[in-house]
Amino acid sequence: MSNPDVGIVLGHGDIAAALVSAVELITGRGGRLIALTNAGLDSDQIDDLLRRTIETSGARVIFTDLAAGSCNMAACRLVRWRPDLIVVTGVNLPALLQYVMHDGAEPEQAVSEAVQRGSGALRVLQGRSRAG
Amino acid sequence: MPVELYRIDDRLIHGQVVVGWGQPMNAGFIALVDDVVASSDWERELYRMGVPPQLDLFFASVEDAPGQLGAWRADQRAGILLTGDIDTMYRLVSNVDGITAVNLGGVHHRAGRIERLRYIYLSPGEAQALRDLEARGVSVTARDVPSARPVPLRELLDAGARA
Repeated sequence: MSNPDVGIVLGHGDIAAALVSAVELITGRGGRLIALTNAGLDSDQIDDLLRRTIETSGARVIFTDLAAGSCNMAACRLVRWRPDLIVVTGVNLPALLQYVMHDGAEPEQAVSEAVQRGSGALRVLQGRSRAG
Repeated sequence: MPVELYRIDDRLIHGQVVVGWGQPMNAGFIALVDDVVASSDWERELYRMGVPPQLDLFFASVEDAPGQLGAWRADQRAGILLTGDIDTMYRLVSNVDGITAVNLGGVHHRAGRIERLRYIYLSPGEAQALRDLEARGVSVTARDVPSARPVPLRELLDAGARA
């Protein structure tokens, strides 16, 4: 059964758990994101972990950390069998914050807004000299 | 420029390969030798999607790889050759000359395997295949990323024996 309110964050090391923890700390909204790691797993095992989590959670959206990474490969491989899934790679905290605040939007709309927010969040904040 | 890294990694193309090794090597291509991937249009497209556009990907089955290796070695760019398991690398080494060093980058836990390093688990048959590789004159070391110390095969197998 599909659950549009839930997303999966799959990444290297502890990054997914850290991002999900930060989202819950900032928004107070828990249970919207499930953190998964690829640590210690080969590609088949990452595929299995992701497939089982999708089946049990009903999530339709998977956020991964790196386009060239094994997490993203696993997510893209799964889309072959479940074309209704949406994969977003290069995830960051602003994108996830936007996603969990979507409140009832369809996953496609929530993802579109999250990508827009996340991709615009990287900026160079150059200090100004006090002199002059 | 020769193929600079012959690597066994059961995740095939992933972050450690593309970023961890590929960037400091300034790699221009990755040659993936894998029978399943080579025979699947969809799998090949999946891997192409994941890598930066400046990095070329070549695919070959174990049977076809010897015929393509000459072109990969003649490429002016630095290259990485990947297999997903020890058996595939062993068969490749058996069929071509000139592979003098093999990097063990990732062989993860499966039933029947013993932990040798955090990222290397070996069955008795796999350990023997690696010994056979060294007996053929191939230097085998475990090293997941370039900044890690290369662990020679003898030390790797001794570590497993003590565990």
